[in-house]
Amino acid sequence: MNQPFIPPPGNHSVCQPPTSTEFVLDRCFRALARFGVFVILALVFALIFVIGEKAIPGMQKYGLDVITGSVWDPNQHLYGILPAIWGTLYSSLMALLIGGFFGIMMAIFLTQDFLPARLAAVFRTIVELLAAIPSVVYGLWGIFFVIPAIRPLADWLHQSFDWVPFFSTSLSGPGLLPAALVLAIMILPTIAAVSQDALRAVPLKTKQAAYGLGTTHWEAILKVMVPTASTGIFGALVLGLGRALGETMALAMLVGNSNQISLSLFSPANTLAAVLALNFPEAGPTEVEVLMYAALVLMAITLTVNIIGSMIMLMSNRGAKS
Amino acid sequence: MNSMTQDAVAQPPMTEKTVVMDCKLDKIFYGNFMAVRDSHVPIEKNKITGFIGPSGCGKSTVLRSLNRMNDLVEGFRFDGHVHFLGQDVYGKGVDPVVVRRYIGMVFQQPNPFAMSIFDNVAFGLRLNRYKGDIGDRVKGALQGAALWEEVKDKLKVSGQALSGGQQQRLCIARAIATEPEVLLMDEPCSALDPIATRRVEELMVELKQKFTIALVTHNMQQAIRVADTTAFFSVDISEGTRTGYLVEMGPTDQIFGEPREKLTREYINGEFS
Amino acid sequence: MNARVLAPVAVPSLQHKMEGRSLFSVALSGLAWVCALLASVPLLSVLYLLITRGGARLSMEVLTELPPAGFEMGGGFGNALAGTFVMVGIAALIAIPVGIMAAIFLAELGPSSKMANIARFSAKTLTGLPSILAGVFAYAIVVLTTGTYSAPAGGVALAVLMLPIVVLTAEEAIKMVPKIMKDAAYGMGCTRSQVIWKVILPTGLPAILTGVMLAVARAAGETAPLLFTALFSNYWLYQDGKLDLMNPTASLAVLIYNFSGMPFENQIELAWAASLVLVLIVLVINVVSRYFGRQKF
Repeated sequence: MNQPFIPPPGNHSVCQPPTSTEFVLDRCFRALARFGVFVILALVFALIFVIGEKAIPGMQKYGLDVITGSVWDPNQHLYGILPAIWGTLYSSLMALLIGGFFGIMMAIFLTQDFLPARLAAVFRTIVELLAAIPSVVYGLWGIFFVIPAIRPLADWLHQSFDWVPFFSTSLSGPGLLPAALVLAIMILPTIAAVSQDALRAVPLKTKQAAYGLGTTHWEAILKVMVPTASTGIFGALVLGLGRALGETMALAMLVGNSNQISLSLFSPANTLAAVLALNFPEAGPTEVEVLMYAALVLMAITLTVNIIGSMIMLMSNRGAKS
Repeated sequence: MNSMTQDAVAQPPMTEKTVVMDCKLDKIFYGNFMAVRDSHVPIEKNKITGFIGPSGCGKSTVLRSLNRMNDLVEGFRFDGHVHFLGQDVYGKGVDPVVVRRYIGMVFQQPNPFAMSIFDNVAFGLRLNRYKGDIGDRVKGALQGAALWEEVKDKLKVSGQALSGGQQQRLCIARAIATEPEVLLMDEPCSALDPIATRRVEELMVELKQKFTIALVTHNMQQAIRVADTTAFFSVDISEGTRTGYLVEMGPTDQIFGEPREKLTREYINGEFS
Repeated sequence: MNARVLAPVAVPSLQHKMEGRSLFSVALSGLAWVCALLASVPLLSVLYLLITRGGARLSMEVLTELPPAGFEMGGGFGNALAGTFVMVGIAALIAIPVGIMAAIFLAELGPSSKMANIARFSAKTLTGLPSILAGVFAYAIVVLTTGTYSAPAGGVALAVLMLPIVVLTAEEAIKMVPKIMKDAAYGMGCTRSQVIWKVILPTGLPAILTGVMLAVARAAGETAPLLFTALFSNYWLYQDGKLDLMNPTASLAVLIYNFSGMPFENQIELAWAASLVLVLIVLVINVVSRYFGRQKF
């Protein structure tokens, strides 16, 4: 198809067209790259489809009873995940409250000229390392450090304020509070990193205008910087929440794995991810059907939260660009 | 095909005015935007053809159309022809990749690859499956680009460690290593300091012994110093968009000495830019 | 710290207000410091415990021996260390080529195509996928199909988690290669894949490696996806002179989880030692990837 160009005589040109093999390889390579993209799309589809399909028998057999039931006893064929849903939401929101506060403070601290560059880099590394520690190690640390460390405080709170629903039970070991604390530490890096990006994306002009009006450092931060970056910071919180909802190991090790719905921070509880982690390895065929159902519920919750988070991030990026 | 050969016989004997690239650019579009219209630019062998004109007049677009670099831009369309070595560059079944093999290009910003000086120059040779002594050719190209003396002891050093002017000469060496018929230079000195600019200009004049050069420049003095032929482009804003077109083309002395068009005179007198 | 806000322009009548404002500022700055220091406590505490409790038990023996049974003393987690390497290796073999290929498409071949936009969004959403669901997925498609817990099942689960990280970081890395450099290659008459192979990938390699290593580090520390795909084993994968991957496979992470709940001091010591080894592996990969990331072209 391709006639080569023929240089005039006397020219020492070494120019040559690519060989047909090279053209074919080019096509193949591009097709392969396209295939890579296809794999991502197929993976998302397969995740939803495979788990959804395996969950169908469970849904047909038990219907909404699984979601509204609060007893999990395979021997009696009772499978209720309401306490787990409750525990998932409760622990995640607690973690978001703590981790969100610290994460945003950290982001402000690292981006708003509080520290010399070198010291800021140290704190930034600390936050990144915090994200690098495997969750099972946090779980181990939670068992042997956090629980003993908070026990005196928890005992005191329970004894002095047991009429407050949050402190109505005593901390017997694993429970919601230690789980939420460790979870907060685990989502802090996500929130801090994404909020830092949002704060850094605030145009220098806006920042200078704020200081130009004679505001103090903190007034500028709270009245100008944070509101301008609010979409991004909100997105960071939503992404952090998504991470907390799906976190498994630290919770499986620290939450106590007890199917009860309680407001008390010190009572043992359960989460969806922990239910999956604990029951899957030894599940019989019927139980697997219900577990797939629970997995689908977990996926629906986390995917929704994550998609909302990604959309918010897209919006805030677009806002920053325009 | 037969009749063409006979036609060729009937043509006047080859003079020094051989056109190696006959570029007839009727319309160039980016999407719905017409960037260039009605420009016929023949490029003569062993001459430097300078493209000048106000910014936005499409001179770079014209240059990048000649080796089909613009095919990489989404929405690019071309009406017209570019005859080169007996074929239309835009002919049916001609792959842009093949075209670019035969036409060298030097860009505004020096852009050596992140590899050694030697590998930079050898890049085109290896790409074109050159079987001979690559070292010889690399040396020849570096000599041709007046860079050999400066780099002969550090051929293994990264091309990006050189100064701006040296990097640009390295890019010229890279382009001429395969000895393409034509070199397209898109404002090759705009990122260089005056001394480096001067070296590259001297180099261009030397290179035209062997190569045919099409040079886009925003600097009229540069065109006067190096171009044999000059093409002046301007922008037509009459229809609400900015469409570039060729105003006039001729020997550089004539364009700058006694331009035929009023617009050209105004431009070279600095009345607009 | 706030010298610039206490400019000498303060008019006497404003004096009182300015003092209130600066007090507020100092209090908030103090709070910021307290938060930052408090946020650093967990890391220091984790590292301290790992070094003291894990370091006390660390020896050649624990790295090479099999896990002890209930009341046994001694033992180690050699098979778990090997299992982690094997499964992360399987995951890397799947996720890295596919991920880099996809990244090439997203960054270079069709960056603004509809398919690319959907895939990019999917990858971003996948990074937030709870890791246990990757396990559920691998359980459904590998364990149920092959009828056994195995190393490849664990590898597939980890690959699902690695893939989006590789894709997104490699895409960024490829986009960082300057356009003028790609133009030079196209101008020489390279086909698209030649531009990618000869210029983009070599130039972007350090940054791509950074992303790949971060993905590997994340996979090495994952526990949840392995719980019911690879399960656990007290034996070596390589036994009686042959390597059999289609068996339950031990991993450091699952070993830590299993041993952390046991009422035996020996097992708990081993869990700490395994944690130290796991964190060391993860941190070393992180540090090396930072080194690559810092290289500029």
